[in-house]
Amino acid sequence: MNELLQQLGTTFAWLSLLQFGGTNAVVPEMHRQAVDVYHWMDAQTFVNLFALAQLAPGPNVMVVSLIGWHVAGLPGLLVATAAMTGPPCLLAFGMSRLMRRAGRSRWLAIFKDGLVPIAIGTILASGWIMASTSELSAMSLGITAAATAFVAFTEFNLLWALGAAIALGLGAHAAGIG
Amino acid sequence: MNVSRTELFLGFAKIGLLGFGGVAPWARHVIVGEKRWLSEREYASILGVGQVLPGPNTVNSAIIIGDHFQGAAGALAAVLGLLCTPIAVLIGIALVYDRIAGLPSVGTAIGAGAAAAAGLVVGTAIKMARRLQPNATAVVVGLAAFASVGLLHVPMALAIAVLGPISIALVWRERRGK
Repeated sequence: MNELLQQLGTTFAWLSLLQFGGTNAVVPEMHRQAVDVYHWMDAQTFVNLFALAQLAPGPNVMVVSLIGWHVAGLPGLLVATAAMTGPPCLLAFGMSRLMRRAGRSRWLAIFKDGLVPIAIGTILASGWIMASTSELSAMSLGITAAATAFVAFTEFNLLWALGAAIALGLGAHAAGIG
Repeated sequence: MNVSRTELFLGFAKIGLLGFGGVAPWARHVIVGEKRWLSEREYASILGVGQVLPGPNTVNSAIIIGDHFQGAAGALAAVLGLLCTPIAVLIGIALVYDRIAGLPSVGTAIGAGAAAAAGLVVGTAIKMARRLQPNATAVVVGLAAFASVGLLHVPMALAIAVLGPISIALVWRERRGK
């Protein structure tokens, strides 16, 4: 048990610092470690846990919480989650303090303003990838387009878009066309 | 604007809990749209910094935003809110998953929800871009980030490493002598 927790802790602590652009950047390496190196699970189990984490609410990083849970129960979950989020959080905190010290410096403003379009462009890209990897039917394309317009041009609560989509999906299923 | 630790915890817990299919739309919705903790521009620049640090963007942003309002304790409150509540939900889902995953109506509901979730992400990027009124350079950089990651499937870390310095240099050149 202790050995498992140690494996989880060390593996995710160094993977955590390679998460440039988000957790998805390290999923292939995570897969290799979990399946091939430590034999915590088979490939199919890894895929299922990954799908489950995508489906559930919360940041994508929670796939490691599920892996920890699967490997060593609640202690595993806690160790894996802390190892995967702790080091980046400390770095972000350090960065936050540096920015506070820099205050209204001209260089900091240039740095930040240069990164804004990239952040927005990559959010757009991840939405695009989500849309193009889900099942492509007339209904799902229509739902994606409607949800896009709803968010882009109103400030209403996003739950309306999700709720309407799920109701539509269930309705179509009941009517035998979904 | 003064935001207490409790408000930070609850606000980020809401983002985590409702962040079905991705937390980015909810983070912007709660922080900028609903609670007005930050302006569109302040939020976008924190997101830009969060994006170049390793780790999930929303987790990094939670640290910086929490620190901004309440120092280290605020950073901790924000990140715990963002992670703890969805992890509890995730464990609940993991416990019943095998029993409900096979139901066809659950499959259609999930498919429709995923299509809407993709739209929420795309719509959020469009809304932020619309409200920030970027100049032509920023639009080109944003579209380049989108095209490289979304269409050409360049790893996000590589896209950020190449486009980040270019974008910062362009902003610097524009402001030289001003």
